[in-house]
Amino acid sequence: MSEPPGATVTLPEAPTADERQQALTAQRVLPLRRPGRWIATAAVLVLAAQFVHGLVSNPFYQWDRFGYWFLRPNILDGLLITLEVTAYSAVLGLLGGILLALARLSKSPVLRAVSWTYVWALRSIPLIVVLIFLYNFSALYKTLSIGVPFGPAFFTFDESRLATDMAVAVVGLSLNEAAYAAEVVRGGILSVDQGQHEAAAALGLPKGYQFRRIVFPQALRSIVPNYVNQLIGLIKGTSLVFYVSLLDLFGSAQTMGSTYPGDIVPLLLVVTVWYLVLTSVVSVIQFYVERYYARGATRSLPPTPLQKLRTGLTDLRARIRREAAV
Amino acid sequence: MTADTLEALADVEAATVEIHDVHKWYGTHRVLNGIDLTVRPGEVTVILGPSGSGKSTLLRVINHLEKPEIGYVSINGELIGVKRQGDRRETGVPPAEGWGRLKELSERAILTQRARIGFVFQNFNLFPHLTVLDNVAAAPVATGKLGKPEALELARELLDRVGLADKTGAYPRQLSGGQQQRVAIARALALRPGVILFDEPTSALDPELVGEVLAVIKDLATSGTTLVIVTHEIGFAREIADRVVFIDGGKIVEQGPPSEVLDKPRHERTRDFLSKVL
Repeated sequence: MSEPPGATVTLPEAPTADERQQALTAQRVLPLRRPGRWIATAAVLVLAAQFVHGLVSNPFYQWDRFGYWFLRPNILDGLLITLEVTAYSAVLGLLGGILLALARLSKSPVLRAVSWTYVWALRSIPLIVVLIFLYNFSALYKTLSIGVPFGPAFFTFDESRLATDMAVAVVGLSLNEAAYAAEVVRGGILSVDQGQHEAAAALGLPKGYQFRRIVFPQALRSIVPNYVNQLIGLIKGTSLVFYVSLLDLFGSAQTMGSTYPGDIVPLLLVVTVWYLVLTSVVSVIQFYVERYYARGATRSLPPTPLQKLRTGLTDLRARIRREAAV
Repeated sequence: MTADTLEALADVEAATVEIHDVHKWYGTHRVLNGIDLTVRPGEVTVILGPSGSGKSTLLRVINHLEKPEIGYVSINGELIGVKRQGDRRETGVPPAEGWGRLKELSERAILTQRARIGFVFQNFNLFPHLTVLDNVAAAPVATGKLGKPEALELARELLDRVGLADKTGAYPRQLSGGQQQRVAIARALALRPGVILFDEPTSALDPELVGEVLAVIKDLATSGTTLVIVTHEIGFAREIADRVVFIDGGKIVEQGPPSEVLDKPRHERTRDFLSKVL
């Protein structure tokens, strides 16, 4: 066909049925117009613009004070505490969760019952209550000792020295986190096909190897997204440690706010932006971790943002060239 | 490929499998009702039977994926999954007061025994998160039989043998069903088992892919490994089986060379079954 697609084809004689067919096949199909979608898009854009304009122009937000506070040492110290508490609790919580999940899946009814009860109790008690309980723990139990149960002790610790604010915060968050992580891990393990357990058993792989190399890596595919969800909850949950006198990100802002009452709003904005940054970092890490554990689960891996950008650009260039040729 | 691994591949000793009066039931449902069967070294035994006849369960009893309620299986004279009470070092020598009851072995000991019995599943059950090469090399490394480099070399050799030398880096889900089953066979071979059990190895395959898997099994059959195969491929059974065992209702109805059981069945139930599948 020498005519451009879509052009009217004029023929000296009336076209035969066959020729008409050809003219049709050579034409590009015009996509359906969707006016409703355009209207909705426009409306949302206007609302978004209004929101951003409000954020920028409303003097109530005091963006200059936001700039002043954003990188203040007090705030950064608080941020560091938040990161520390989150990191410790995330690791300890996950380890505890794995143990609880294994206990829950064990053949021993006692282990199953203990694990179930733990998850039940810790999911029922508000985190703040757990934290304040632990804060007063040294009053309940003066010393901690390691020894024969109900018998003599070999080592004895003074509880009030052991229970620093940091320790109370980490233990409290970990206890809470472990209960949720247990369910996430258990769900992940149950999602692995029974045939995998059988194949591993039929090959005579040692029990520990079966779990570490065969079952758990496959379970991680469903554990990772759920646990990251948990982790984001945990990052925000750390703001409660303020009530056990640990100055985390939120706690520092709160303290500054009571000293400088006029700056409460910019301080809250500082906290908000920092939490947004933390969550974003976690989400990016999640993408790559999920991609890693998707190996073999799908025929091809999802593209990274960089790869997407590259193919997007290549596609665009090809399209422009095509249009130009027409 | 070094001379060592070649030798290692060659020195697999075909095993004798003895099944002694095995009973298996789930609640009130009786699956196996006293099976006695001896498979001689290098023999290819095909187990046929209607669905629900207990043939898959029998196969799974051999490597102790299912525990028999009564009876036991022995391979080269070694009891599988159990030991005789009094036989502390599993010497097989009867104590002065005579043999006691059968006792379950520890899980670790059972796993060690299973490493000498190959098993090929209907649904392949390859490890999807490992490459084809790692699927095959995993067991010899994990059970401490070979170091990692030797295991990888053996895996490459085995994959070459099943015609998949070019797929070592692929993940199982990137392969066709027939290719996956051939990887599963290579994986079972990596432990150099004296006997390989096949549980309907071609039932989950598209018809045009059945041939490539049967060709690999045939190659094994001629190489002198003891094979026990549950299948519905009657033609294949006639071609490679030394013996055909027909099971119905958890019992052996009849057994013998294919020329007898398949062509001149003596029992009504065998005739009935064959008329339905042929």
